[in-house]
Amino acid sequence: MPVSSWADDYDIFDHDYVANPFPVWDELRGTCPVAHTDRWGGSWMPTRYEDVSAIAHDTEHFSSREVLVTPAPEPPEDGEEMVLQLGGEVAAPPITSDPPEHQWARRLILPMFAPKAVEKYEPITRDLCRSLVQDLVAAGKGDAAVGYAQQIPVRIIAKMLGIPESMSETFTQWVRGALELGATDPEVRQEAFKEIITYLFEEVTKRKEHPGDDILSELLAAEVDGEPVPDYHVIGTGILILVAGIDTTWSAIGSAIWHLATHPEDRRRLVAEPDLMPLAVEELLRAYSPVTMARVVKEDVEVNGCPMKVDDRVLLSFPSANRDPEVFERPNEVILDRAKNRHIAFGAGIHRCAGSNLARMELRVAIEEFLRAAPEFSLEDGATVTWAGGQVRGPRQLPVVFG
Amino acid sequence: MKVRLIDDKCQGHGRCYALAPELFESDDYGNAQLCGDGSVLPGQEDDARLAADNCPEFAIELDEA
Ligand code: HEM
Ligand code: SF4
Repeated sequence: MPVSSWADDYDIFDHDYVANPFPVWDELRGTCPVAHTDRWGGSWMPTRYEDVSAIAHDTEHFSSREVLVTPAPEPPEDGEEMVLQLGGEVAAPPITSDPPEHQWARRLILPMFAPKAVEKYEPITRDLCRSLVQDLVAAGKGDAAVGYAQQIPVRIIAKMLGIPESMSETFTQWVRGALELGATDPEVRQEAFKEIITYLFEEVTKRKEHPGDDILSELLAAEVDGEPVPDYHVIGTGILILVAGIDTTWSAIGSAIWHLATHPEDRRRLVAEPDLMPLAVEELLRAYSPVTMARVVKEDVEVNGCPMKVDDRVLLSFPSANRDPEVFERPNEVILDRAKNRHIAFGAGIHRCAGSNLARMELRVAIEEFLRAAPEFSLEDGATVTWAGGQVRGPRQLPVVFG
Repeated sequence: MKVRLIDDKCQGHGRCYALAPELFESDDYGNAQLCGDGSVLPGQEDDARLAADNCPEFAIELDEA
């Protein structure tokens, strides 16, 4: 059904909105800054920076126990014991944790993604990007989403989890099932999570016998208050790293390449002034923020005059917040060297993306290597670019030609 | 000029130590700490402002005096 009014009937899966949500946010920020819908189980959607940031910081009134906005599938009746233990709503700490559990669950993984830990992966990321872009350039044209962006994060995450690269295609399918395709199809979502859980269950069992130099082994060896971390927690965190670290980052890489394909002046400037990269990466993250997260209301509360009731869901549109003219000058323009940029593409408050250092490194290296091999490229004539939307937005088909 | 870091606001976005590595560094968890006592030497003022203007948590304050 077409959307009757974006203020009280929005649809985050609407085809035109997914392709170009920016005018809708501009309108909502100015007229109805906390929109509502009954679709997909019902939710609120604040679009102003101030409100989004305030809710992200307010763990007293807003819980993270369900960060996907569409209703969860029923718990499976068959399947692995682990699935049942985790329940239908798959717990993925720390993203689905509230304080106080959140603090230790997060501290457990932060060192694995701190800048120093991430540096180690830069050379392999660079080699991977180089070989991928070489293949595309050699062919003269190709799909920069499928053949490039989509290939990068999955391989780095597999490496971190100590899982063979040959699993990459399977992981990609699972992640798309869990988020992109599963968002509107509970059965697909449930099946994807079940496969991921079953797989991680086996991997955890293997690591117990033969620990390796990888995140799962590190989590199994970790202690919290003198106690080992329970298996279901290790699996939950494994799920999170798999699901949160892959399509988010490939979406960001894909959007960055889409921008550079369609804005030759920015592309040429970046090629000529490589020192702009650190600021440019942040600016591209701001303008094309891929991730929108949800909260569940814990206690009745009013946000900007809107009465939210216990168990209501709220979508935190970090992408819209990042284009709020109250906070960003000329918000709908990409200004590669933007000097004031408090963007919240990685969220804000206690759930700030734990993988942000890794994501930034991958995004920077992916752009650098693409531009090094292909300083001149553009969208293929007449080709269709397709976008995935909902809670993670980015291009899924991006045909480009080189030269 | 001096920079002040408000520890309990910092959530480790890492903007400051990327933009002003001579003033901020990362601890083992990715949160910021000051490299020294927060004194900004001549020539570092722009970086100090850049760090403060990019912190999404408003965890960095500048003492312009
Ligand atoms: C450009 C790519 C990425 C974006 C835009 C992004 C965005 C986000 C956002 C907005 C949150 C906050 C969720 C909330 O407030 O509910 C988050 C949390 C998280 N992200 Fe990312 N993410 C990206 C890549 C990654 C990567 C590569 C990893 C690592 C494997 C990762 C791991 C996590 C984890 C573990 C959390 C939960 C942190 C917590 O709850 O304390 N993300 N991410
Ligand atoms: S930019 Fe702000 S939140 Fe991020 S590490 Fe620095 S002080 Fe902390």
